[in-house]
This record gives sequence, C-alpha cells and structure tokens, in this order.
Amino acid sequence: MPRATFRITRGSGESAAFKDYTTDVSEGMVVLDAVHQVQAESAPDLACRWNCKAGKCGSCSAEINGKPRLMCMTRLSDLDLSMRVIIEPLRAFPHVKDLVTDVSWNYRVKQRIRPFKPRKPDAPDGTWRMQQSDVDRVQEFRKCIECFLCQDVCHVLRDHHKHEEFAGPRHFVYAAALEMHPLDVEDRVGDLRGKDGIGYCNITKCCTKVCPEHITITDNAIIPLKERVVDEFYDPLTRLFRIFRPRKPEAGS
Amino acid sequence: MSGSDLQLPQLRGMGKTSRTDAWWLQPGAILLGLTAFIAYTTWAALQGQNYFYDGGGAHYLSPFYSPLLFGQENEPRVFAATHPSWWPGWLPFSPAMLILVGPAGMRFTCYYYRGAYYKAFWGDPPACAVGEPGFRGKRYRGERKFPLVMQNAHRYFFYPAAAFVVILAFDAFKALWFTRADGAGSEFGIGVGTIVLALNAILLGGYTFGCHCARHLVGGGRDTLSDAPVRKSCYTCVSWLNRKHMAWAWVSLVWVALTDVYVRLLCAGVITDLRIV
Repeated sequence: MPRATFRITRGSGESAAFKDYTTDVSEGMVVLDAVHQVQAESAPDLACRWNCKAGKCGSCSAEINGKPRLMCMTRLSDLDLSMRVIIEPLRAFPHVKDLVTDVSWNYRVKQRIRPFKPRKPDAPDGTWRMQQSDVDRVQEFRKCIECFLCQDVCHVLRDHHKHEEFAGPRHFVYAAALEMHPLDVEDRVGDLRGKDGIGYCNITKCCTKVCPEHITITDNAIIPLKERVVDEFYDPLTRLFRIFRPRKPEAGS
Repeated sequence: MSGSDLQLPQLRGMGKTSRTDAWWLQPGAILLGLTAFIAYTTWAALQGQNYFYDGGGAHYLSPFYSPLLFGQENEPRVFAATHPSWWPGWLPFSPAMLILVGPAGMRFTCYYYRGAYYKAFWGDPPACAVGEPGFRGKRYRGERKFPLVMQNAHRYFFYPAAAFVVILAFDAFKALWFTRADGAGSEFGIGVGTIVLALNAILLGGYTFGCHCARHLVGGGRDTLSDAPVRKSCYTCVSWLNRKHMAWAWVSLVWVALTDVYVRLLCAGVITDLRIV
C-alpha cells in the first residue's frame, strides 16, 4: 500500500510548528481521512474540527498545500503525494490548537447585518406574491455553508487584519441575499460602505476561487453591491434620478 | 466591530506562501501582457502616421485613431484641420492622444483589470494566499480613499467606451465599401482588413457591453425585473457576456492591438491586403 507524508501544524499560537506524519493511503481517500488515520495511529491528541464529511457543514476548513480548502472534499488523488502534503489551520482567524481556529468573529459580524424586512403583505391573508425569476437571483447566495474559506483567503483580513472595519466576502454574500431579495425593503447600502467596509475589497476574486459551493461571490454579490454603493454615494446623476424615483418602497407601503 | 482583541497569526512577508503550485505564473503573465500592450499602444499613439490605409480603394482606419478628429485631407477626419489650434507648438501631436484616454480609462477602472493589475503590478496580493509586502499592513486603504476611490467612476468611462464601440462598428461598415479604380463612387467588397476591423468591433462590444457596470445599469440595480421584460432581456444578455468578462477583456485587448498592427503594416507597404470579395 502506498504511503504519504503529511506535514501538519501542531501546537497553538506562536509555539505552533510543523510535524511530519507518514501513513498508508488508499484509493478514494480524502485529506480528512488521512488526518483521522494520523490521529488513530500516531497523534491521538491532534485537534481538528469536522462533522458531515460531505462538504456541507463547513467545519473542516483548512489550508492544504497553501490553498484554503475543505479537508473532506480534497481527494488525495488530486495532490502530488511524492511531496509532503502541508496541512495548516486557517490564517485569518485566531489559532486555538493544531488545525482548529476560532471563527466566532464571523458570527458577531453576521449579527450586525440588518435582518430581512419584508414589505407589507400583498394579500389580506398576510402572504406575498413574487415571481420565481426575481427570487432566482438570490438563491445562489443561500448555498453558502459558512466554511469561511472566502474569509480566510481574503487578503483584507488575512494580510491586513481589517477585522474591525471589514465584514468580508461571506457577509457580503449574506447582505446581497437580503438586499437583492424582491420582498426586502431594508436599506443596507450605507452600512456596506461604512462599517462593513466594502471599499476595502479590491476584487482579487480569491473568494470566488476557493468557494466549495461555487458561489460567484465577486461577480454576483460583491460587485453588484459595490455598484449600489456607487449609485448611492458616488454617482451624482443617479442620486439626482433617485429624488424622483426611490430605489425601494417604504416598509409597510 | 468587536474584532480588536483577535490574536491573529503572524503576517508572512512578500511572496511567502505554502502553495506548491506555480502561483506566480498568472500574475507574471498579466504583468508581461499589460506591460507589452501599454508599451505598444504608447508607441503607436505617438507615431501620428500609418493609421489610415486607402490603397486599392480600401478604407481601413486603425482603432487607436478612431474617431479621427484631426488628420490629413485624404483621411476621414471630423474637423478640417491637421491638429487643434490650441495644441501647444512644442508638443508633438498625434490624433490618438485625444481619444485614447476614453478606452484607457474604461480598462483601467474595469473590475476585472483592477483585480488583475492590483495583483500583478502592486502585489496586493501577488496571488491568492500569498504574502504581501510588509510595509502595507494595517495601513491598507483599498478603494475607500483617494486615489483608488476614483475607481468608482467606472461607469463614466463606460458611457464613452460604448460610443467608441458604435464608432468602430461604423468603421467596419465603411471598410465594406471600396473606392472604384476609376474614382467614380464605391463598391461593396470584403478584404482581410474588413474582417479584422469587424472582429475588432465585435470583440470590443463583447467586452464593453458585458462589463459589470453595464449589467448594473440595465437591470442589476433593481430587485425585480419580472415587471420590465425589456430590461430583463438586456440583463440576461449582459449577464451572459459578463460570465466570460475576463476572456472578452483579453481577446479584445490583443485584437485591438493586432488591428493597429495590420493597418500599420499595410500603410508601410510591408504586407498587402487580400481582397476576398
């Protein structure tokens, strides 16, 4: 049976260091299988977060050979096993231990985004009417599994540590799902420009490249939101037209 | 935002990464490609000659010089002068100088190119998950402050760029008509140059009308389009083009330069135009 070596981050904080583990690999294995095998054979105290093993819970996010990926969706057959496979924790969040990071910052940011606020019901029985084609656009954003790989790869968080001023691609996807919903009447554009710091995004598209759900984050969420910010704050002509035709109806109207 | 207490990993220096693939290949290719294009465009724009070919009755105008506001008598100029009266005498004049700022601004502020040249020229970041120059750190300002906040003016470059596409399409149409040998009127014809100019207009149209701000302007800025069928159709078409915006951007960039090269070589007599019809 072929063997492969995995170079895994061990320890916590500044004392963390790589340690090599060699184990048997077989057809069909993914990186998470290999990590579990290492746990079983030689490192029972190796900490890693996982849950569904099907690419739907977003728990096993890590950096494999330097690329943010889900361990459960990365096949060993796609990696060059003649070289050591490097497995590291996410770099944009505080390191807890081994492959585990504290991603709770994301939940605090999400709570800050203005929630869904529907217009007044269309029918007396309290229901709404909308066209499927109008709501189709936001369905893509609902595929997000909150693995935070997009947050990890975003250089604004990863390299510039702008966690206090920048919400990150995951939350722009969330904001886009609400902001572009045909029933929603809340206005989040000011927040996006201000406390969410969408202007920090310089459209590297790294978030789109790493998304395991293949959400077109940059083209379908961030850039359309940037254009709405331009409408609101940077385009004098659009602002002039808005005086006569508001973008969204008032809540309850 | 309650993130000030985050204990984050140490930053990596410029180019530091655990990536094992050739991450430098794409930004390197972009750096070379854009540098070569800028160098050639600047050289071609400063030449002020060999931009209009009328040999064999043809009517081929280089896209770098279209619309030709000022030019020689035999050229399809807009104004009856070789150069504007206000042009400083000490500064060499070329008609391309007056118009290239429009398409250049469109490309410079384009969402695709922004991401590409921030990586290739600024190293911001050099590639995904690759370390940046350490001096930026928390001083990074993105597109929030001057000068990069001006990127928000992209749509104001889109409007003239869209007009340029119409003008270039008209140039391609004019390239379908060849002056008769006896000078009495013109006749329909297709030369290789006609196809080159037509492809140029099509590719630039695919790039310009598939841009993100066009997508926003035709309908992306609205939450409902089912009540506006024309806008919905436009939005669908622009979105279709937009999916391959990067490909349109590069193919149109290369082709517009090749179009100028073709016209320039014809004018210089290096090659001859093959008349197909």
